[in-house]
Amino acid sequence: MTKSELIEALAQKQSQLAYKDVELAVKSMLDLMALTLASGERIEIRGFGSFSLHYRPPRTGRNPKTGDAVTLASKYVPHFKPGKELRERVNKTRSKEIL
Amino acid sequence: MALTKADLAEKLYDEIGLNKRESKEFIESFFNELNNTLGNGEEIKLSGFGNFSLRAKSERMGRNPKTGEEKMISARRVVTFKVGQKLKSRVEA
Repeated sequence: MTKSELIEALAQKQSQLAYKDVELAVKSMLDLMALTLASGERIEIRGFGSFSLHYRPPRTGRNPKTGDAVTLASKYVPHFKPGKELRERVNKTRSKEIL
Repeated sequence: MALTKADLAEKLYDEIGLNKRESKEFIESFFNELNNTLGNGEEIKLSGFGNFSLRAKSERMGRNPKTGEEKMISARRVVTFKVGQKLKSRVEA
């Protein structure tokens, strides 16, 4: 499912918001979520999961083409931990796919 | 303080002009849709943000780190998140 398919699905499941509003709302939510992580804060969505930042210490990497050593600064990378409900649902439907 | 559903609802209320009930309902249906989709075995790609994919894990031997006791961990399916390029560079900066 892509972002536009998600917007489509949400628009069809309710009648109070126009397609344009749903589109705006989805983009606005994702914006705020990205901004939150960019500012170093975590996100906690009950039932879905949480996003946190994992620290990566500085290291010396190599340019794979030339083999030259390059110093890479420390950084943070976003990490998603699925919540209990999502974890259980995804695992419950697993058996159906295998059969 | 972490960002929660209430903060997201507040944003829709402030910026899009949904009323408080609509905002709250929208946030719920948004995450419900993500849960349902992944629950049905379908992956989600949110351009600019990241991809949620599903991974089948086979049965393996694990260990309780506290007691050192060995135990079989059953085969399972898990959700993994791969951050998109745009979000990745925003967080690194």
